[in-house]
Amino acid sequence: MSENQDRAGWMGVLARAQAGELARLVAGLGDLPAHDWLRPPETGTVMVRGRTGATGAPFNLGEMTVTRCALRLADGTVGHGHVTGRDKGHSREAALVDALLQGARADEVRATVLVPLAEAEAARRAARARKAAATKVEFFTMVRGED
Amino acid sequence: MYVAVKGGERAIEAAHDWLADERRGARDVPELSVAQIREQMALAVNRVMAEGSLYDPDLAALAIKQARGDLIEAIFLIRAYRTTLPRFGASRPVETGAMRCERRISATFKDAPGGQVLGPTFDYTHRLLDFALAAEGEEHVSAPEAPARAGDVPHVAGFLGREGLIQGEPTVDDVPPDLTRQPMDLPANRALRLQALARGDEGFLLGLAYSTQRGYARNHAFVGELRIGAVAVEMEIPELGFAIELGEVVLTECETVNQFTGSKTEPPQFTRGYGLVFGQTERKAIAMALVDRALRWRELGEEDQGAPAQDEEFVLMHCDNIQATGFLEHIKLPHYVDFQSELELVRKLRREAGEGREAAE
Repeated sequence: MSENQDRAGWMGVLARAQAGELARLVAGLGDLPAHDWLRPPETGTVMVRGRTGATGAPFNLGEMTVTRCALRLADGTVGHGHVTGRDKGHSREAALVDALLQGARADEVRATVLVPLAEAEAARRAARARKAAATKVEFFTMVRGED
Repeated sequence: MYVAVKGGERAIEAAHDWLADERRGARDVPELSVAQIREQMALAVNRVMAEGSLYDPDLAALAIKQARGDLIEAIFLIRAYRTTLPRFGASRPVETGAMRCERRISATFKDAPGGQVLGPTFDYTHRLLDFALAAEGEEHVSAPEAPARAGDVPHVAGFLGREGLIQGEPTVDDVPPDLTRQPMDLPANRALRLQALARGDEGFLLGLAYSTQRGYARNHAFVGELRIGAVAVEMEIPELGFAIELGEVVLTECETVNQFTGSKTEPPQFTRGYGLVFGQTERKAIAMALVDRALRWRELGEEDQGAPAQDEEFVLMHCDNIQATGFLEHIKLPHYVDFQSELELVRKLRREAGEGREAAE
């Protein structure tokens, strides 16, 4: 996996995380480094696009709220936070974790924050998938006519 | 014509205070929280997100609370709030083929790969009021679980497409028109029509779709597939130089398979209607697909039957409930001068008519 793919992967986990869960895990990191804002948290929208007939030409479906920010640690590492919704704390923590995952504390941050987030998400998804599976129709054929 | 009318300030203020008081309702009943609305009135929240054209369940729940449950008023609040936000960009088109389906049914193929997954549906309920819900302390019912299959659920249209039995979709990546940025230009292309329909009023589209079923531009729709679930929303971030996932949205997608007899240039094959809507909103998605199909008569070389659902201007200019309610409800605002002049005109005409009668006698 390339460096960018790896980073896009963890940014996705951070964006999809529940804000409270992320905050709790980030608190477990203890002292956090100071940072400067390159772009303080701001809330806006992203136009979500679909495709005609699922596979055809793009069309504008509607917008979603997104909060984004960018920050720089003292050592120069830049972190970006782009998250669903309007929670500025969520985007700040996502950006901080993004920056820390690129530096010397990467292993610690991965183990303390990223892995538990990914596991919690996987568990949530699996639980819903199991509920959906229970509603799958099992057809059976009635015997009819002459044998 | 409007005129500046002074003197209503105190009455307006009192009316708004009373509105807030009525919104709260009887004080011996606990107040609703936004989280309760979001979790327990989820389908109302979904409708407000779809027609408000802004995916944010907390905001939609707040709007419903503020609007006392008037969903069009709530949609109005969401549309107004949306205009205050900067637009960061547009996502990559979502991949509904990779949807984590919580409901997925096909009315055309019993054994569609991936199966018929009913999900949390009202279908097959008896529509009998459940008085147990009125009793305090609803018993907690936990949903049964079963081992889940892994992997994406393929689209039903894909199976027909492989045999060439259904019309293909153009594989282009044109930047689609955006009616929130430029006024709607008619005739519209399909992308613009789908944007308008996706945020259009559910009731209006339901009525139009029903009219096609009753024979006003009938197009013999089967629900080839209906799926509901979460899809990832990805966007290119210029500062990063790659695309990241911003999160997920729950969507309802409906693909209809419609009759087509073929033409001089094309062999007989099925055609398609498409519906895609924010949230769990399947009535709207099915209606959208039927109306989309009806509006495609020109590009499919069909006859204009003069049916309302085929009339692009009629459908697109009237499906937005915020435009409609704005114009409809403005007529209750003071029109004193307009009416005064009409009143004088009628009096004058009556006077003249009376004089004419006298002269004739």
